[in-house]
Amino acid sequence: MPPPIEFQVRRRTLLAGSAAAAVSAGFTGKAGAQSGATPAGSETTTVSLTVNGEAREVTVDNRTTLLDALREHLQLTGTKKGCDHGQCGACTCSVNGNRVNSCLSLAVMHDGDEIETIEGIGTPEAMDPMQTAFVENDGFQCGYCTPGQIQSARSVIEEIRAGIPSHVTGDLTAEIAITDEEIRERMSGNICRCGAYSNILAAITQVAEESA
Amino acid sequence: MQFNEPAGTNLFDSATIVGKDHTRIDGPLKVTGAAPYAYERHDVVEGQLYGYPVGATIGHGTITAMDTEAAKAAPGVRAVVTTLDIDPLELGMNNVARLFGGSEVMHYHQAIAVVVADSFEQARAAANLITVSYEEGEAVDYSLDAAFERMEGTGEPDTQYGDMEAAFSDGAVTIDQMYHTPGESHQMMEPFASIVDWSDGGDLTGWISNQMINWTHGSLATTLGINKERVRIESPYVGGGFGGKLWLRADTVLAALGSRAAGAPVKLALPRPMMMNNATHRSATVQRIRLAANPDGSLRGISHENVSYCLPGGRGENATAQTPLFYASEAMHVKNHLAEMPLPETADMRAPGEAAGLMALEIAMDEMAEALEMDPVAFRLANDTQVTPSNPDMPFSERHFAECLEQGAEAFGWDSSRPAPGSRREGDWLIGQGVAGAFRGALALPSGARAAIENGKLVIETDMTDIGTGSYTILAQTAAETMSLTMDDVEMRLGNSAYPVSSGSGGQFGAVSSSTGVYAACMALREKIAQQLGLEEATFADGQVGSGNERQSFLELDVEAVDSIQWGDFMGEFQKATFGAHFVEVGVNVYTGETRVRRMLAVCDAGRIINPVTARSQVIGGMVMGVGAALSEDMALDTGRGMFANHDLASYEVAVHADIPEQEVIFLDTLDDVASPLKAKGVGELGLCGVAAAVANAVYNATGIRLREYPLTLDLMLDQLPEV
Repeated sequence: MPPPIEFQVRRRTLLAGSAAAAVSAGFTGKAGAQSGATPAGSETTTVSLTVNGEAREVTVDNRTTLLDALREHLQLTGTKKGCDHGQCGACTCSVNGNRVNSCLSLAVMHDGDEIETIEGIGTPEAMDPMQTAFVENDGFQCGYCTPGQIQSARSVIEEIRAGIPSHVTGDLTAEIAITDEEIRERMSGNICRCGAYSNILAAITQVAEESA
Repeated sequence: MQFNEPAGTNLFDSATIVGKDHTRIDGPLKVTGAAPYAYERHDVVEGQLYGYPVGATIGHGTITAMDTEAAKAAPGVRAVVTTLDIDPLELGMNNVARLFGGSEVMHYHQAIAVVVADSFEQARAAANLITVSYEEGEAVDYSLDAAFERMEGTGEPDTQYGDMEAAFSDGAVTIDQMYHTPGESHQMMEPFASIVDWSDGGDLTGWISNQMINWTHGSLATTLGINKERVRIESPYVGGGFGGKLWLRADTVLAALGSRAAGAPVKLALPRPMMMNNATHRSATVQRIRLAANPDGSLRGISHENVSYCLPGGRGENATAQTPLFYASEAMHVKNHLAEMPLPETADMRAPGEAAGLMALEIAMDEMAEALEMDPVAFRLANDTQVTPSNPDMPFSERHFAECLEQGAEAFGWDSSRPAPGSRREGDWLIGQGVAGAFRGALALPSGARAAIENGKLVIETDMTDIGTGSYTILAQTAAETMSLTMDDVEMRLGNSAYPVSSGSGGQFGAVSSSTGVYAACMALREKIAQQLGLEEATFADGQVGSGNERQSFLELDVEAVDSIQWGDFMGEFQKATFGAHFVEVGVNVYTGETRVRRMLAVCDAGRIINPVTARSQVIGGMVMGVGAALSEDMALDTGRGMFANHDLASYEVAVHADIPEQEVIFLDTLDDVASPLKAKGVGELGLCGVAAAVANAVYNATGIRLREYPLTLDLMLDQLPEV
């Protein structure tokens, strides 16, 4: 089956409509402000999570994102806050086996969920193959987007092998090949301003080939 | 150590570690999330509170009142400090807009309050409860085109020689065009972030994200009006900077003021949507370039005028920076203008000047090559020079621009027959190739370090930062090489104001300066070791020291040395610069005008490459930033409000994975013995210089559409695409 349109629509083209909303958010002094009225229910919630295989219980402000629960409450700062708006991918971590932007998800939505962060994948002394491949291929510079890139990279290989199509998948009935184009498309939610994309691609390809 | 004459043969000429591939020594920490960035230092001080900033919502004017009552009464709030509460703070080094204090608003999203609370959510909610009354400043004409028309031809030229009138007459082939580059934002992935403990208003400690420890150390003391001796800052890991973190910024000041007010340490990060208008950016430019050439391709005249905007006292973007130095010409006229506008502060972004200047000049060179019916590679070769065009008595220390072009053309498969624009098509895609030259100066700054043997390790301490550039690794390589040790013997400690002052990271001067500073400290350490062991004529080899056949290890000693590199006057007799050539192939969709970059090559002439792995990453990263500059990055000015409207990563479009094709980098590894003892120069900014123009030239070659305005978006092409 041919794709519906032959040219590629880039990811941010779709997001352009959200620009106007972003302008008014946060800094008008009023937008988003809450009145002094007392909330109807409790302002905090205790959430049970399994984080990197370990049962954890955190009591969080209901407004706390999963990202801030990890970074500020559990002090797992490997998951990064780049934009806090789901635009950069630095906060990517795994929830019940799927990659998510943890800044776009409230902690209270994850009671009972299994979370895996970069700290759960490997340590400096015992790195995961993807972490090793990033070091070997210099798939980063400043390192700030890197945990998110690695989380996405691992998921991308799994998603392709699970037959989940992407925007650039040509034949939806055939087995999806792990091509440069598929990897680039699926990694495009993770921005690297240092521009290590070519090296990240090399790292992912290396792991995909080693684990084939 | 003084560098008073060209480096002769030295230990780096027989190096086994410097100049060789080495993966980053900080890599395992970074890929496992174990490298702590500024906002993540839970370990350094107890009782950290959360700060949240409030930004001004007018372009310029005066704050008449701020109501903080609701914010102060909100849950969890510990302190609220507004700009009306304190006198205007002193400006730190190269700060142009005031960071805080007083009622004047100089630009949109200028920081006007900080709220400190027990949690991030409480601080953010309370910040939103502050209401502000303004008296807006008078309406402003933000047209940079109008400013150019006003200023063109005024003022003393920056460079002027030869007979410009004659150059452009008598059978000269000429071009005369206007070029536009947009404002660009650094958008490093780690936001501006600080933890500051100034709880008692006495000694201050800051864990910050900053490229220049010494400058910012001083600026923080100046801005807060305290003695520098009472201030200590750390910045061991920096999540990107690109020039945006050269200076003291509002995050550190707000955290400090919040900390003093709350009596507790405060952590604060600028929210991403506040970064673009609160902090600095690269100014837009309007440029007019006129070229005159003889029919054989030799340039007779170059005229380049540029205007950019800045706040009063600011620097803007000098897009003419490269022009007096890049190409030979019989006559030249160069002038840079600054138009004052109440917009967010313009300052250095990666390759300030050259990045925007080459976006225009290298299109102009392509246009002239076409007017001359010459191959653009051959046209550039015809105008190469080994001396300063305006001063033939000043040679370049090393200049291998011609080799960059020639090797690049060969490696890329450059089609010098230049098929007519728009004549190569594959399916729905028009295919084109483009080339551009790259130029960036090679600065060096004084830089110091401490080298010591501690617990069986060689410890290197310097306030140098690693902003992704590879400092940890290349300084360890330099130290290991100089001391004849292995990389495993070296422990690097960076980014702390307690350590000797280095060059810091910026302006492509970091690698050359700080590596030489480490070399100086290690040479001083070698002397100390020899003294301590009573050795004369000591030599260091294979991890041992000795004279003659008497050899011994020195890692059991307890010894240290501090030294710095000072650059000698002889360097002023030479122009020092780095050169490159970028080759790009694009496809332009014949229906939509969408441009996709298909492959890229950079050839770099930048002295000895200390570590090809990290240097290559610098260059490909510059190329990625160049693709963004060519095709998508554009700070959209709201001329009614005097602010940039697309101030987040959804609407300010930097290149993503899908935008970046196959990239190749060739280093000429041309040693420059005037540049430094390592014969090295910087490379981090060279990778960006000229890339966007190579893309623009490739788009022209693909379509026959000449665009002189960035970014090269499809709307500029739709009505000119060939019939299909």
